Amino acid sequence: MDMLIILIPVALLLGGLGLAAFLWALRSGQFDDLDGAAMRILVDDDTPKKADDSDS
Amino acid sequence: MAVSVPASVLDAEAPAGDCCDSGAFALGAVALRAQSNFAASSPPPETTDISAYVNVDKSGVHRLNFFVDNMQCASCIRTVEHGVKALPGVTGARVNMSTRRLVAEWRDDGFRPQEIIQTLYGLGYPAVPFDPAVAEDRTNAADRRLLSCLAVAGFAAANVMLLSVSVWAGAFSDMGAATRDLFHWISACIALPAVVYAGQPFFRSAFRVLRAGHMNMDVPISLAVILAAASSLHQTILGREHAYFDASVTLLFFLLIGRYLDQRARSHARATAAHLLGLTAAGATVIGDDGERFLVPVHQVMPGTLVHVAMGARIPVDGVVESGQSEIDTSLVTGETLPTDVATGAKVFAGTLNLSAPLQVRTAAAGQDTLLGEIVRLVEAAEQSRSRFVRVADRAARIYAPTVHVLALATFLGWWGLTSAGLEHAMMTAIAVLIITCPCALGLAVPAVQVVAAGVLLKAGVLIKNKDGLERLAQIDTIVFDKTGTLTQGRPTLENRDQINARAFQIAAAVATHSSHPLSRATVQAFEESGIARLPSATNISEVPGKGLSGIVEGLTVKLGSPSWCGVAKDTGPDDAKMQLWLCIGDGAPLHLTFSDELRADAASTIEALKQFGYGVSLLSGDRQPVVAMVAQAAGIGSWQAECLPTEKAEQIERLSAEGRKVLMVGDGLNDAPALALGHASISPASGADISQAASDFVFQGDHLIPVLTAVRVARMANGLLKQNIAFAAGYNIIAVPIAVLGLATPLVAAAAMSMSSLIVSLNAFRLRFAARK
Repeated sequence: MDMLIILIPVALLLGGLGLAAFLWALRSGQFDDLDGAAMRILVDDDTPKKADDSDS
Repeated sequence: MAVSVPASVLDAEAPAGDCCDSGAFALGAVALRAQSNFAASSPPPETTDISAYVNVDKSGVHRLNFFVDNMQCASCIRTVEHGVKALPGVTGARVNMSTRRLVAEWRDDGFRPQEIIQTLYGLGYPAVPFDPAVAEDRTNAADRRLLSCLAVAGFAAANVMLLSVSVWAGAFSDMGAATRDLFHWISACIALPAVVYAGQPFFRSAFRVLRAGHMNMDVPISLAVILAAASSLHQTILGREHAYFDASVTLLFFLLIGRYLDQRARSHARATAAHLLGLTAAGATVIGDDGERFLVPVHQVMPGTLVHVAMGARIPVDGVVESGQSEIDTSLVTGETLPTDVATGAKVFAGTLNLSAPLQVRTAAAGQDTLLGEIVRLVEAAEQSRSRFVRVADRAARIYAPTVHVLALATFLGWWGLTSAGLEHAMMTAIAVLIITCPCALGLAVPAVQVVAAGVLLKAGVLIKNKDGLERLAQIDTIVFDKTGTLTQGRPTLENRDQINARAFQIAAAVATHSSHPLSRATVQAFEESGIARLPSATNISEVPGKGLSGIVEGLTVKLGSPSWCGVAKDTGPDDAKMQLWLCIGDGAPLHLTFSDELRADAASTIEALKQFGYGVSLLSGDRQPVVAMVAQAAGIGSWQAECLPTEKAEQIERLSAEGRKVLMVGDGLNDAPALALGHASISPASGADISQAASDFVFQGDHLIPVLTAVRVARMANGLLKQNIAFAAGYNIIAVPIAVLGLATPLVAAAAMSMSSLIVSLNAFRLRFAARK
């Protein structure tokens, strides 16, 4: 039973971290545009683009 | 920078809002309507003053919000954002795909925000600025708040449940009282803050209605949650075993899920209503008595003033054309695909698009009094009348909530006053009554069926927008269809392909490529499908709006356009009901190209099936008599009416309702919006205008009409299951409540019984999935 002293806080801490991460994501607006997020993964623009790059 | 209309706008190959036509990323955008292409092909008014919409914050960043049309896919996001960011001075542009909005930022005071609109028009995405303060940032905040409540409740429910399971298991092995108490204390530390935080949406609502002297479902929910938490704390402090933190937190979690889904659907509807208001022109160019022109906000225009409407601008007022001759895209008002010719004396409506030449319009009505203003008002009013519809669950709750409270109170008083059981036992019994009668089965019976029905319908391509739509859809007995874009596909297709020889077809296509007129596009499309080799593009192209195109192909002068354009007497056309083009090659005899807006492939069979279900089917259209008659006959609809204005459609629906019929309206255009909102239930295709989708209960996707039939069938089945579930919940309460009142159920037993009943209701709902397959 002594393990409980360690395990319960550990479990709560991990769960709490998850909750905190979610609340942070929510506050920073990451849930504002769920449709767009799904599509943006298809957009390639990691490389710096040249002046004219309108084709797709 | 290309501020004037770039030539690419008129070029069908432009990287336009049509990027989705290729289908590469088309997510449900099955039919881009010709209407939107039209908007894209017309330059925006240069004079409109939009600086009023610009927000400047303390650090000098200017921010402007736009509604952007035509965005469908990933490359649209990219095109729009890159296009705007490429403007000199713009520091940021971010698209929100869920709300179809764009936020642009810049720092330079000298930057003209009009350039953004011009650029977006050039790319094929008409944009309208708006003021976010007016729109609905408040509901956005409420969305977020509810979601964080949900997260907290979910976290607490999961952890408290883990501890509870240990305690329950410990009751059968030999968990010591000290360990149990420790677990209770930990649970309390998690559950109490969670209840205080995550319960607020319910507590607030309960408090509000109680202060107003009413009662709603939130009152018993709040009471059960608070009492369960408080008495559990009491038990924990005394070191006793009856702590039920898990019950209160889990209850909150489940109820919050339902509340959140509900809220999201509603805030989306509100966002699209705001979009509609953006369709009206922001300012009007008024011509004074001395011929001087000045720009005034549209609501300040008085009836009787003369207004100048530039080519490509939206007409700001209702009125009569004083001078000028032009074509007008009236799809906003009538829902029809092809532009209408107007000349002096013609009536024009606010919100329609002036396509080909400047007009001077004598104002008859402006602002709220215009037809568009009236449509907006009709939609709002109808939505309100619909919100008076009381769902079965709410009707039950109205009786249920007070009964439960009276019962619990009576139990408490009875045990406390009439027996020697003492305060604590009386309290526990009363809580058991509250928990056992907890509206879970009732609160779950309806959502469970709806969730399963939504899943089944989603597979069939139907989205449920209003959660009470299913209940209303199950009650309907009459179905009214719109024509263009609903029964038909909403875009013209070449009909007499067989009568055109390959050579003429090649030439027609070579000329038609240069125009964005719907009929030209249809010609080009049919040509590409035919697989005939392409001719080099025509040269010396000129387009006269409202008449046609001319150009030179292989040394021959070619004309493509209206009968008068090709020198054909107007009545030579064999069938006036059809959309047509004439083609003259050199001195040869003119050729006739006819187009029709084809019925959806399964329209006739779907309507036949609906009739067999016993529904009355009719057709209301804004189109001309002969066309409507033809479509009605092809689809097998006996009762139809042509040339209806939006208000007439709405009146017709009202008349049917007054006769006691429950009408399902199926329509796609903005002109259908009032009728959609007025119908007892309504369905709109995904290709329809945003506002009509917002006004509808359901949205269906694809080129077929069968989803309408599926929706009606599933709604009927769902309604049957709903009634079974409610009957079961009632039966359960009739048995369980006396047991609880007599004190034979501890809160633990009550919680188990409540869970069982919830489980049975949910399982029953799943039967819908199997039933729908048959």
